[in-house]
Amino acid sequence: MAADKKFAGYLCTGCGIGERLDARQLSQIATREGKMAACKEHPMLCSAEGVQLIRDDIAAGNATHIMIAACSRRAKVEAFSFPEVAMSRANLREGVIWLRPEGDEHQETTQEMADDYVRMACAEVRFMTQPTGSGEQTLNRSLLVVGNGVTAMTSALEAAKAGYGVHLVCDEGELGGVYKDLYKRVPFRAAPVGVSNARTAPLPQPEEPGVAEMIAAIQANPRIQVHLNAKVTKTSGAPGRFSADISVESGSTVTENFGAIVQATDYKPYDANLLPEFAYGKSPDVVTNFELERLAKAANGGPLKRPSDGKEVKAVAFIQCAGQRSDKEGHLPYCSGFCCTESIKQAMYFKAQNPGCDATVLFDDLRTPGAAGEDFYRAGQQAQVTFSKGKASAVDINGGKLTVKFKDLILDEDTAMECDLVVLATGQVPNSGPDPYAQLAVDEAPTEEEKAAARKALEVAPPSILNLDYRQGTDLPHLKHGFVDSHFICFPYETRRTGIYAAGPVRRPMDMKQAIDDAAGATLKAIQAAENAARGAAAHPRVGDLSYPTFRKEGCTQCKRCTVECPFGAINEDEQRYPQFNESRCRRCGTCMGACPVRVISFENYSIDSVGQQIKAVDMPDEFSEKPRILALACENDAYPALDMAAQSGGQISPFARVIPVRCLGSVSLSWITDALNSGYDGIVLMGCRRDDDYQCHFVRGSKMAAERLSKVGDTLQQLNLEQERIQVYEVAITDVQRAPQLINDMAATVEKIGMSPFKF
Amino acid sequence: MTEVVATNETILVVGGGISGMTAALEAAETGKQVVLVEKRPYLGGRVSQLYKYFPKLCFPTCGLEINQRRAKMNPNLRVLTMAEVTGLKGEKGNYTATVKISPRYVNGNCTACGECEKAVSSEFDDEYNYGLGKRKGAYLPYRMAHPAQYVLDPRLIGTPEADQAKAACKYNAIDLDMREESVDFPCGAVIWATGWQPYDAAKIQPYGYDRFPNVITSVEFERLADPQGPTGGKLVRPSDGKEAKKVAFIQCAGSRDRNHLLHCSRICCMASLKQCTYVADAWGKDADVSVYYIDLRAIDRFEDFYAKVRGIEQVKFIKSKPASIVADKEGNPVVHGVDTEGYNRYADSFDLVVLAIGMEPSVDQASFPVDIVLNREGFIEADEANGGVFAAGCASDALDVNRAVQHATGAALRAIQVVHGAAGVEG
Repeated sequence: MAADKKFAGYLCTGCGIGERLDARQLSQIATREGKMAACKEHPMLCSAEGVQLIRDDIAAGNATHIMIAACSRRAKVEAFSFPEVAMSRANLREGVIWLRPEGDEHQETTQEMADDYVRMACAEVRFMTQPTGSGEQTLNRSLLVVGNGVTAMTSALEAAKAGYGVHLVCDEGELGGVYKDLYKRVPFRAAPVGVSNARTAPLPQPEEPGVAEMIAAIQANPRIQVHLNAKVTKTSGAPGRFSADISVESGSTVTENFGAIVQATDYKPYDANLLPEFAYGKSPDVVTNFELERLAKAANGGPLKRPSDGKEVKAVAFIQCAGQRSDKEGHLPYCSGFCCTESIKQAMYFKAQNPGCDATVLFDDLRTPGAAGEDFYRAGQQAQVTFSKGKASAVDINGGKLTVKFKDLILDEDTAMECDLVVLATGQVPNSGPDPYAQLAVDEAPTEEEKAAARKALEVAPPSILNLDYRQGTDLPHLKHGFVDSHFICFPYETRRTGIYAAGPVRRPMDMKQAIDDAAGATLKAIQAAENAARGAAAHPRVGDLSYPTFRKEGCTQCKRCTVECPFGAINEDEQRYPQFNESRCRRCGTCMGACPVRVISFENYSIDSVGQQIKAVDMPDEFSEKPRILALACENDAYPALDMAAQSGGQISPFARVIPVRCLGSVSLSWITDALNSGYDGIVLMGCRRDDDYQCHFVRGSKMAAERLSKVGDTLQQLNLEQERIQVYEVAITDVQRAPQLINDMAATVEKIGMSPFKF
Repeated sequence: MTEVVATNETILVVGGGISGMTAALEAAETGKQVVLVEKRPYLGGRVSQLYKYFPKLCFPTCGLEINQRRAKMNPNLRVLTMAEVTGLKGEKGNYTATVKISPRYVNGNCTACGECEKAVSSEFDDEYNYGLGKRKGAYLPYRMAHPAQYVLDPRLIGTPEADQAKAACKYNAIDLDMREESVDFPCGAVIWATGWQPYDAAKIQPYGYDRFPNVITSVEFERLADPQGPTGGKLVRPSDGKEAKKVAFIQCAGSRDRNHLLHCSRICCMASLKQCTYVADAWGKDADVSVYYIDLRAIDRFEDFYAKVRGIEQVKFIKSKPASIVADKEGNPVVHGVDTEGYNRYADSFDLVVLAIGMEPSVDQASFPVDIVLNREGFIEADEANGGVFAAGCASDALDVNRAVQHATGAALRAIQVVHGAAGVEG
């Protein structure tokens, strides 16, 4: 749109701004230097009256780009909400007067700081455009759900109930997945209201599995189309316009379009052949918890029988954590979270159906959390299941019997027990596709040991499940141990492939009840993704952001850095090897912009210029003034809020600091660093989120990318004869309220020590 | 007078902790109209009172900043604080909610400048710090509170300090004439996210919580460890301010117990492991930590964190449910019991004992404004009979933050399904 840009400035003189600063000077700077057509002052701009002033100007067509000089952009967000125009905010309250001490001796530098922030905010808004649609948006109210079991079925049913169509891709000949053979399930509920705490109170018992009912509900639902013996052989596109090829074993393929995808591929049972010490594979009477369900089903309500000779089981031992919670080769290092209650349930089968049967659960920690878990543990005790704290070391075959050798941890002695049947409570191995970053894990492994482990993982990569036609790989990235989970506690469904959500045990180990709840959550996120893709709005964490990256093809050198560095794999390549941006796969972090060496990538409201011009707008005192300039680029997620809160709690910042919030440190273009150095800044501090294995970076790798790029800047600095200390990159947490301003002040102290930048004039 | 614009396609979320916030935001971001009602003056609930989350040892305010940003920017979401649902009538797809709003005595003009706080002097127990510290009568609940609006304690009203506060405000933000009000509005579905409260440790008679100042609860210990807390993050004990280097954690205190809470609260093992790292970080080699447990419940991928803490030399694990706690002459709590692995009788003296207290539902069974299916512990069970009312988070079971958010996301979907039904976009 080549419509006229109307720049309008507004200065709030409330909250002490009018008392501490020369408002008239600020207004003049906004108009004369900042090119605002006018700068209106108001004693309380956030009031209804102040806001109306701005609204009226917008309505009259006198303001398409507004600059508000007042409090922090994080404050009074609801009041200063003008989505129809481009807006910048100069932080004069938290950013200047709350961080600078009062007193005549500080007056000059405080005013200079405020003057600069007004210049910067004007420069920013002049180079912003209100985001408009890309034309890529489509609304597709159809979901692809991949999986066979309870998780996938729940996702499909919940989506259908919300008015969405579903294609359910199941790679077996029938639905049901791992729980197909379930005889009964662990009860979902605790004892109801009114049941006393007496030892004889009626407690929840193993209940009907409900799997058959779920399958029937799927088959009866007109909104759900089931593809059996099918695999997804290709997925391309983006949220709102995914296209997937669903190929059936027999050879035919259909192509369908989807708004979003849920991967609910659950898990594979652990291979108990990796536990030879427990005689698995040597005796048919040593079974896994999965195999036990089949035995129970076969018993059909009567006594459960031994596989070897068909005799009724008279003594059964359950070995908990079999091949789990262990760092032995071939074992699972984690706990699968479902096996303790599973074993209690199975022990109760014997107690109910095998007269006079002894059932012993050998455990180290019995994990039956919550109200339902604990009540079920009590139910097991009521049924006279024996619980023995002990660590099993071996199972020996003794003629027709089995001997379980274990260390009784209560009696502190090595002992053994004889039984007819041993059940190994084995774990869940997530049914995920290959990790697209497996090679990167090898490259980045810090120790030889970790490199070897990473190489091994790369070698045993499973077949692809989604076959994503993405430049960065075919499947969802792994977090740890093969699970495709989100690294964020507060955002469990966050995914590195926008619009594709993982649910159930493929995400993290879990029992059936949790898998069903998890499916509902993932389905909500999928629906949300589809709806927002249609609006062109971004997903977490920049929820609602309508901007998206554009690039100037003629300047692109096809270096591929943007396609490789995008943390979300949002960028593909076209036939001519140019990057192909996919708006709805993008999280708007700007890592691509930071990566591009030729500066051809930008967002409408966040660009090389919108930040670069801010840097250049700062008035640069000459070298004799003894007034250095420290540029601080602060991530808006943790560092910038920490600075605001420092201001709230009486912190202080160097009078020479100029802070610019950035979306992510990953978006920082090296051109900004070069511009800053060339403009005469004496020190540059970059503050981003934690970037190690326990990263906090909300865009996963942005902070890490920035640190890597800047580690290479050292050479450039040397060539320019600049000291390395002039540029520092820090990891800052949102609670670093004392530390954040201190880091900037430290740079000011460094500059005092090493002297001003030789690039000043 | 507060007005709420709503229809039977609006979703009501009761409770603005991490679960309620999540459910409200997820529904609002899927295009639905949402009203979020929170009893406290600010959102975030009990997670805002945590120093760190397990297992990443990251900060709650990090996620809260994102959620609060989402809340500020979403026009579909209306937040009412100092508000409680006192009535709910109707049926699935067609409810009428009655909400009582208590007076904040501060209106929307508030710029959070803090002048009113400087103008008053009386101090009150600080709820944010579980009563371990003090706050003023004009206060901001904590530094990242959203809404960023001060509150006047009702005990200030009618005293000269109220006028002093009002006089200090340049923005006409203090309104001493505010009254409690009641507002009715329609909604189609309700997400009940009222969370939990810590079990009253005084009821565990043998542990002496009410008699010995150096026997505290886990939620109180969390405040001590937080640099934002009453001791500035210094692990010192309540009786005499002595450094708490030798610390005992008593797991399942008042939980899994016929005399107290029957259920396991799932998070207390992990929370204690997290707090072990606080002690180890504070004192290094001088730390001396004992964890008394029945079963160490570091479930699923949390096992990694358990392995990490087990690797800290200064932390010991003792399988035992302690029988009693007494105090010696110096105020040191002494834990008595039997180490069941080997049957050794112990009488261990500590600087501080932390009771890993359980979570019980914050709404009493009798106080629900509607018929709702509960289990005997007072948690809400998912049931068709609940109609269009769905639990989210710890109102449904004792959950960790990750699971509570997961659960709340699912609850948002269930509410949306009802509202779609009401709108005719049926499922």
